[in-house]
Amino acid sequence: MSFHIENLRKSYPGFSLKIDKLNLYEGEIFCLLGPSGAGKTTLLRLLNFLEDPDEGQVFYRGQEYTSGNYQPPLGMMREITTVFQRPALLKANVWSNIVYPLKIRNMQVDQRSIMEMLKELGIDNLLKQKSKTLSGGEAQRVALARALVFNPRVLLMDEPTANLDPHNIKIIENMVTKYSQEWKPTVVWITHNHFQAKRVGHRICLMEDGDILEVNNKETFFNQPEHPKTRAFLSGEMFY
Amino acid sequence: MGDGLTESIRLLLEFDPYVYNIIGVSLRVAGLALLFSTLIGIPLGALLGLTNFRGKPVVTALLYTGMGFPPVVVGLIVFIMFSSMGPMGYLGWLFNVEAIVAAQTIIAFPLIAGFTMAAVMQVDRNLMSQLIALGATKIQAAWAAIKEARVGVIVAIIAGFGGVISEVGAVMLVGGNIEGKTRVLTTAIVLETRKGNFGVAIAFGIILLAIAFIANLSMIYLQKKHLFEDN
Repeated sequence: MSFHIENLRKSYPGFSLKIDKLNLYEGEIFCLLGPSGAGKTTLLRLLNFLEDPDEGQVFYRGQEYTSGNYQPPLGMMREITTVFQRPALLKANVWSNIVYPLKIRNMQVDQRSIMEMLKELGIDNLLKQKSKTLSGGEAQRVALARALVFNPRVLLMDEPTANLDPHNIKIIENMVTKYSQEWKPTVVWITHNHFQAKRVGHRICLMEDGDILEVNNKETFFNQPEHPKTRAFLSGEMFY
Repeated sequence: MGDGLTESIRLLLEFDPYVYNIIGVSLRVAGLALLFSTLIGIPLGALLGLTNFRGKPVVTALLYTGMGFPPVVVGLIVFIMFSSMGPMGYLGWLFNVEAIVAAQTIIAFPLIAGFTMAAVMQVDRNLMSQLIALGATKIQAAWAAIKEARVGVIVAIIAGFGGVISEVGAVMLVGGNIEGKTRVLTTAIVLETRKGNFGVAIAFGIILLAIAFIANLSMIYLQKKHLFEDN
């Protein structure tokens, strides 16, 4: 098991995340569905240790982190990363952006394997280009390459394809699926598109107003949803 | 002015030891003060620009006050600190280059910190989160933010250099304008003007301007790529 969450609480004015129990496993792609403000991004930020919970426990690979002890060792934090909806790149060129995680870890740059990945992502010809000159799709592919370059054990995806065209979406889905099969990381993928969840996810979770409504494997979630709101969501009703 | 230009060229070409000593002391003092104020100012500016902590508004207000602090008051405080009765009098820095460097560092570091703070505050907050999420330590992320804001940081250093090289009141107070020891271009200009040697004073003024121009031009050329291509 990668993450085990118990009684997690995180509140902001007008919003409260409440997760009584949630397990995340190695090798799975766990898709988070739900309307804006459901708490998906907050959960991701908590999983990346970017924010402290108000209450509750998060166990990462058996190690407990509570609100008073939420800063895991650097080495552990460096096993987890997030690809955000809007790719935030350094002003430098594409290559410098991609090798940044390796440089801060003093890791060796294996040019050959990186180039293979960049070729698959279709950005191997952009290496010297400044990040500000990239299109949205190119920038997001660079952001994904930068996240995968150090082989994270946990890959958190915060609506990375929300603003992309089908061509770029396909490239990103294929790359993450392949990475998942090869390296067996825990992937948590936020999406508003339940077709995408159906394509890439192993387990699907529906959230609303900071609560988890349903977590199920893909087949059950889409074919025999348990929660009435899941059924409403899948039939296209505006349940929120 | 024409006479001053001729005089300054004559003084430089004749390798007048008096003139070259003043230029040397000026460059040494300005260089050291700029180095120390940069070492204090950039990390302080980055800290204030990137973090939130209790008392930050007070520290920021103090910094802004420091940016507009009358240099002669800084000189007075440094004078008292380093005078034989002062708490740091035992160092024996008063009327020495060290006291001038201390005063100029105090004058320049708030400028560098203030401009650096403004520059790093412009760095995308999402980028900072992203860098931490990629495994950067807070120091690594701060360093990346400084590099992202490098145009503003260069302007901060140039502003600091301007404050240091043009300073006269504090230098006069704590340095004493001693020939061959603490006389710098600005204090030499004051002295020569008082003596009625306007040609020499103008010559020093032109040399001072030329040094400031060359120093700024060098900084701009060193970072030309970023200053003119990044934005």
